[in-house]
Amino acid sequence: MNPPPLPAEKSGVELIRLHNLCKTYFLGEVDVPVLKGVSLRVDRGELVALMGASGSGKSTLMNILGGLDRATSGEYWLDGDEITALSADDRAMIRNRKIGFVFQSFNLLPRTSALDNVMMPLAYTAQGLTDREARQRATELLVRVGLGDRLHHEPSQLSGGQQQRVAIARSLVNYPPLLFADEPTGNLDSRTSEEILRMFQKLNEEEGITIILVTHDANVAHHAKRTIRIRDGLIEAGAYTNEMVGV
Amino acid sequence: MRIYKVFRTALHALRRNVMRSVLTTLGIIIGIAAVIAMMEIGNGVSTMNSRAIASLGANNLMVRPGSAATGGFNYGAGSNMALTPQDADAILRDCPMIRAAAPVVGASAQAIYAGKNYNPQTITGTTPMYLDVRDWPLDEGACFTDQDVRSLAKVCIIGHTIQQELFGNEDPLGKELRLGSVNLRIVGILSRKGASTFGSDQDDVIIAPWTTVKFRVSGSSSSSSSGGGGGGGGINSLSNPYPTSTLQLYPSPSQMQAADMPAPIRFVTVSQILTAAVSAEDITPAINEMTDLLRERHRIHPEQPEDFTIRDMTELMNTLTSVQTLFGRLLLIVAAISLVVGGVGIMNIMLVSVTERTREIGLRMAVGARSRDILRQFLVEAVLLCLSGGIIGICLGRGASALVRYFANWPTQASIPAIVISVIVSASVGIVFGFYPAWKASRLDPIEALRYE
Repeated sequence: MNPPPLPAEKSGVELIRLHNLCKTYFLGEVDVPVLKGVSLRVDRGELVALMGASGSGKSTLMNILGGLDRATSGEYWLDGDEITALSADDRAMIRNRKIGFVFQSFNLLPRTSALDNVMMPLAYTAQGLTDREARQRATELLVRVGLGDRLHHEPSQLSGGQQQRVAIARSLVNYPPLLFADEPTGNLDSRTSEEILRMFQKLNEEEGITIILVTHDANVAHHAKRTIRIRDGLIEAGAYTNEMVGV
Repeated sequence: MRIYKVFRTALHALRRNVMRSVLTTLGIIIGIAAVIAMMEIGNGVSTMNSRAIASLGANNLMVRPGSAATGGFNYGAGSNMALTPQDADAILRDCPMIRAAAPVVGASAQAIYAGKNYNPQTITGTTPMYLDVRDWPLDEGACFTDQDVRSLAKVCIIGHTIQQELFGNEDPLGKELRLGSVNLRIVGILSRKGASTFGSDQDDVIIAPWTTVKFRVSGSSSSSSSGGGGGGGGINSLSNPYPTSTLQLYPSPSQMQAADMPAPIRFVTVSQILTAAVSAEDITPAINEMTDLLRERHRIHPEQPEDFTIRDMTELMNTLTSVQTLFGRLLLIVAAISLVVGGVGIMNIMLVSVTERTREIGLRMAVGARSRDILRQFLVEAVLLCLSGGIIGICLGRGASALVRYFANWPTQASIPAIVISVIVSASVGIVFGFYPAWKASRLDPIEALRYE
């Protein structure tokens, strides 16, 4: 299986750079600061684990990194673009083209075949693929995650591990440079978890996709090359920004 | 390409819950079906209705001469002898909105047959087209011909009352009755028309060529120049044992003298022209056409008043139109209510659907759907539901009206506009009632939506 062509690289090895990122929720009269100046850097081809206890700001950071939320202040450079200031529609386009999502609860469309589930994000892609191309691409991806014989199965006919593999295929359908996995093994038994994590490793090693595993499970984090720990809205370890601090 | 994909996605989403989709659409299906069935039945009934009212004379327009005034004394309507038979021909020829036109002259005379005599309520001199104008078929025989009109032929057709009074059980066809001083051969018997809307017996009538009536029946009298309007002329003194007419100061010429030396007639006039418009809707344009034509023919300056008047059957027309507008309004109300009910059902289910699919919406947003993509998806789903409901409703409605036609024998008439409007309306119901749920869906925060349990 040939690796898919990645979108033309913009520049350098740096994929993500956060500089002094803050996020504050305004709840009525009380301001709740959740991220208090996060700076970190992720290079292309890395497999990073983002760890933190609940309430540490991990989810908030992940939402901002995933382009679902906006920071209150600071800079977020993704693939060479500053995206803090982008509108909701532009962020949707960034998510579509540059970021793949894998969720804890799979989030597949019910009563929809694996193939259609994988093709779903293509409906929101600006450059239109023909039905044939879309089908071909989805089939290839499903074959790659080992579900070549389950193309027309619906989620209810698939096991948890298989469902998560469909979700991985879906996240890859636009060939994004960045893959987010939010507790990808949270709903799986340990054996299946191991399988899924291997798959992430394989994708990372063989195809150079940058993967961020968001987890609170140290076992999961062991599969990553680097671990970023967040605590009380600040990066505790693994920010990999020593040379950036003075920037 | 893009729109087609949106439709396919919507169709797929609806197929994921077929039962619910069908039940949701039921309101629209029933609403549209009811409207279509009512429209078809209503149309049939109202066509029948307007045909019935038209035979009462709703399409008829009467052209009568205007009033004449000499020395400040106005003689009243009909006194100005201005209408000619040629006017009738011209109206028929030049007014496309006029279906038929016939000149009419009247007379009054005693009818006699075999020892019985009777004074017909109406003696009408006209052309064969008169029956067409009045929508009045013959029971037996045939009408006199245009040739008879030109040749002053001594023929007539009679109504049922005349037949009863003069002939009893005898067959009057081919017999000759004496009208005033002329013998007229009966060539046809009119079908029964009954009383008019004003209560007079319409079957108490003798119809003859207008030339015959004008020049033979009443033409002998001195009042010939005043047309058939009323005129007690031509009454045979033999058949008038109790004369009621005013005393004549000067001896009137005998019939023999009149026949030998007819009074100088400047131009032949008729007392009115009866016309029929093509349909009830064409009455106003028909009046305008005739007014223009007659003004031109009579050489009336634009600032001068007309020397004729045109009257329509306003009362009958009003009945016709009021019945039809009532029908239309009732249908509209029924349609509006049922479609609102159906639309609320659609909105209800779409709201449930949005809540139920919150995670799907979150997911779609996470993988790159913009809020307008979500709005469009749910809107298209609602429109698709309503549209398919509308189409099924049209089929059901047509089926229902076919059943009514078949079993109850009611007339029905397919209404293309109703079908087109139904499709448009059901699509708009989808847009109107689908918009709020779709808007709600598009406003969801993807983070919240993804976390929704």
